Amino acid sequence: MSDLNKSVVKNFAVVNHSVPRADGVAKVTGSATYASDITLERMAWAKLLRSPFAHAKILSIDVSEAKRQPGVVDVLTGNDLGTLHPYYGHAVKDHPLLAIGKVRFVGEPLAAVIGEDELSAQEALEKIKVAYQELTPVLDIKSALAPGAVLVHGMDYIGGAFRGFDDFPGGTKNICQAVHVEWGDVDAAFASAAHIAEGEYYFPMVYAYAMEPYVAVADYDPKGQLTVYSSAQHPFMVRHDLTEVFDLPLNSVRVIVPYVGGGYGSKSYTKIEPLTAACSWKTSRPVKLQLSVEEAFLTTRSDDARVNIRTAVDASGKLIAKQATIHLDTGAYAENSPMVCRKAANRIVGPYRFPNVRIDCLAIYTNTVPASSYRGLGAAQITFPVESQMDELAHKIGCDPQEFRLRNLAHSGESIHPGLRPIDADVPGDIRIAGETLRSNGPLAPKHGRSVCCSCSDAGAHPVTLAMVQVYADGSVSVLSGSTEIGQGSHTVLAQIAAEEMGVPLEKVRLVGSDTGVTLFERSTGASRTTTLMGRAVMEACREAIAQCKSMAAELLSVPASEFTEGRGGIRYGKDWLSWPEIIERYFQMEGCGIIGRAYLRRAGVFKAVPVFWEIGVAGVEIVLDEETGKISLHTLVTVGDVGLAIHPAMTEGQDLGAATMGLGIGLFEELIYEGQQLMNGTLLEYRVPRFSDLARRIELKLVENRDGVGPYGAKGGGEGSVNPIGACLANALYQAAGVRIRSLPLTPERVWKALQEKKAQASSAQRKSSGAPKIRAQTRAYKTRVPKT
Amino acid sequence: MKIAFELNGKARSLEIEPRETLTEVLRARCRLTGVKLSCEAQVCGSCTVLVEGLPVSSCTYLAYEIRDKRVTTIEGLADGAGHLHPLQQAFLDNFAFQCGFCTPGMILAAKSLLDQNVHASDEEILAYMSGNLCRCTGYLGILKAIRQASVELQRQSQGKGRNRESKREGANDTSNE
Ligand code: FES
Ligand code: FES
Repeated sequence: MSDLNKSVVKNFAVVNHSVPRADGVAKVTGSATYASDITLERMAWAKLLRSPFAHAKILSIDVSEAKRQPGVVDVLTGNDLGTLHPYYGHAVKDHPLLAIGKVRFVGEPLAAVIGEDELSAQEALEKIKVAYQELTPVLDIKSALAPGAVLVHGMDYIGGAFRGFDDFPGGTKNICQAVHVEWGDVDAAFASAAHIAEGEYYFPMVYAYAMEPYVAVADYDPKGQLTVYSSAQHPFMVRHDLTEVFDLPLNSVRVIVPYVGGGYGSKSYTKIEPLTAACSWKTSRPVKLQLSVEEAFLTTRSDDARVNIRTAVDASGKLIAKQATIHLDTGAYAENSPMVCRKAANRIVGPYRFPNVRIDCLAIYTNTVPASSYRGLGAAQITFPVESQMDELAHKIGCDPQEFRLRNLAHSGESIHPGLRPIDADVPGDIRIAGETLRSNGPLAPKHGRSVCCSCSDAGAHPVTLAMVQVYADGSVSVLSGSTEIGQGSHTVLAQIAAEEMGVPLEKVRLVGSDTGVTLFERSTGASRTTTLMGRAVMEACREAIAQCKSMAAELLSVPASEFTEGRGGIRYGKDWLSWPEIIERYFQMEGCGIIGRAYLRRAGVFKAVPVFWEIGVAGVEIVLDEETGKISLHTLVTVGDVGLAIHPAMTEGQDLGAATMGLGIGLFEELIYEGQQLMNGTLLEYRVPRFSDLARRIELKLVENRDGVGPYGAKGGGEGSVNPIGACLANALYQAAGVRIRSLPLTPERVWKALQEKKAQASSAQRKSSGAPKIRAQTRAYKTRVPKT
Repeated sequence: MKIAFELNGKARSLEIEPRETLTEVLRARCRLTGVKLSCEAQVCGSCTVLVEGLPVSSCTYLAYEIRDKRVTTIEGLADGAGHLHPLQQAFLDNFAFQCGFCTPGMILAAKSLLDQNVHASDEEILAYMSGNLCRCTGYLGILKAIRQASVELQRQSQGKGRNRESKREGANDTSNE
């Protein structure tokens, strides 16, 4: 199978070139259609009533007055869901379409008003009367885990479409998922260690802020057909949940996803689609539910993480053991946090050789906004502690941090996780590139700091990807793909691959999708899988179409296929050149005809080993610190994309910069803040994301193309790696610039300034005592006070 | 209430509610869905349209304010013959977007900047554009696109200037600023 990768195509005609984007003209002229732009005939609008309490029993809901308001079509509450299966969830079926019996977070929807227009629906919300009985809320990990803790759920659930998760003991505990990873003898290794670094780190609760908020338009036909337009990343996963909620067969639920206005993980899996569909089911009208950004803040966030981690080295500076406990605050519903939990536990090992490892990761229910996938899927949360601690340990043993990493990084082909695919990337090489790029800035100026960090993720998710191409007699080609175009450029990349394979000009290739009624199954669009899996499927589907063309040609020419030679786009037989489209037309003796090539990828062959590939994140920063204000600004940003082959180099670089910029947001300013039950900064006015003015002065986006992946032509995915290392890069660079170590993100000016003041105070009291104060310990104490309360 | 205004070069008159925002009127009544709604709080700039050539956040701008004024949306930027505006072309050439949700607002804000100051420096671009957020790109491609469009627009206006000059018999061609 490996011949499919490296040998066949050597000089690329279309791939590995930065061709114009397939969606480009539509997007710069305003004609690109997003789900929010969809309007159907007779369409009504839904608006949601949200809970003011984090945890309360719903004693009664009176909707009679709301129903009488002008322009109101109907009102739906948790009491009306009787004939549906009202709980959904691909991992744990714990999420009701609307709160049933009790509410579990401030902002949880408990009623939907369906109106002729948005305003009528909105205004009727306040006519709904709800009687609550407040319950003690579980607002942080500590109280969730305390003996005798109040239970967020208090009932057991069954698993969803995902296999391999354990039962969910919601009836007895607040633990949504527990993952344990262990090999070697960790205790013995720590007992024999020459040096140990140990610390607690905190990664904040953040919001992805896809600029297009969640939206769905549902049309339930009582004869048993449901059509949903949605901003979802994974239309087939949404379809699965809808078939279960409405008890419909797969062929009766059609999920259509037009262009998606950003996701970054936050639009993965099912969100508001079942609820919107239930509104349509109740009213027999098409219904649109368009959330605002403020409501999106109350829909999905990242898991915040409290990570206790210990790393041991022997006397030669070789890593010998890692032990970590990760506590994820998962919020009120599981969503994809069980997967975040598993991935965080796997990924905390990093791209290093560790003979002894013990990791415990818990996803914990609390009465806060549900957490789910966020770009990096658990890796951003754990790379901050891992790579901060790598620097701390390097300093402790008196070794240059880059040298320390190089000494311990796994090389291509080495195993980092027993039983998993060996590393298919050159991490040491990547680290050297980033380091050299930073050093080309010259000697480090005062108040500047530099750091290069890395991450390593088992990426690609479960490989089930089916694709289909249609090759027409006029030389045009359609690619039917269930991958959503979410901005990552899948429509362009897949068209490039089809053009490369079929030997047709790129303009002749058109993408069709995503529409579960038309395109074949693709499990998801995430985990950086599209180029690797869908790209490979499209390549194989083209080759299948070509094989058909060749046997047609053999039949037409009445010669065995061995007598003609295959070239790019057709065959040569004697003096004649027959292109694939010509063969198709001659075979059928019919204009306007076309054939289908298809490919089914599953966990077999080159995809037998997991993960599909290791996604490497390597980034470097040089920062400038303003000691007066504590403000950190970015002087240089370097990313290294170890992508096997960049099908589209410019877009690949764009993914790296985009991901690194999200990392910068988390590193410097982003954090959702709860005060008691309330999310305090759930609007864009208060939640600061990176702006133009935060752009680094120097940006270097490097690509490493060793063609070492299982994707087409040796390609691997990208797009998430660079978000992971940035937080640690910033914290390490700050340490270099000012000698303060901060173990909580974000590094806001206030937090940095306080740390600088404490360091000064320590220094002067140490001077007064005129003793060499134990610096490290003093700082450690200082950080503890800075860990935000959960 | 009835309002009359100019929309993308054409006279329009519409019946609207006094409390309707410009976003609502453009998206729902005029079906110009290139106007994108995100923060609804004048922070992100995705809803930017031009009124009398200047950018406004249409999410918080009351529609009746446009009476008797000129409104430009992304749909009105390419010329009638379908040629893209130099900014649109530059956004394509520099891969200055991914999901594209911020793009209409981004391009219109940049147009207003370059209309006012075609020589805008990087600092001026960064300062002017800081009211427009993009969550996908990390901004570099957008900056490059605006630079490219600035060069192209200067070239075009010089070309036009030269044409005018050459038509004036005997005028000495010294304009090269
Ligand atoms: S939607 Fe108007 S500024 Fe954000
Ligand atoms: S391109 Fe997606 S927000 Fe700018």
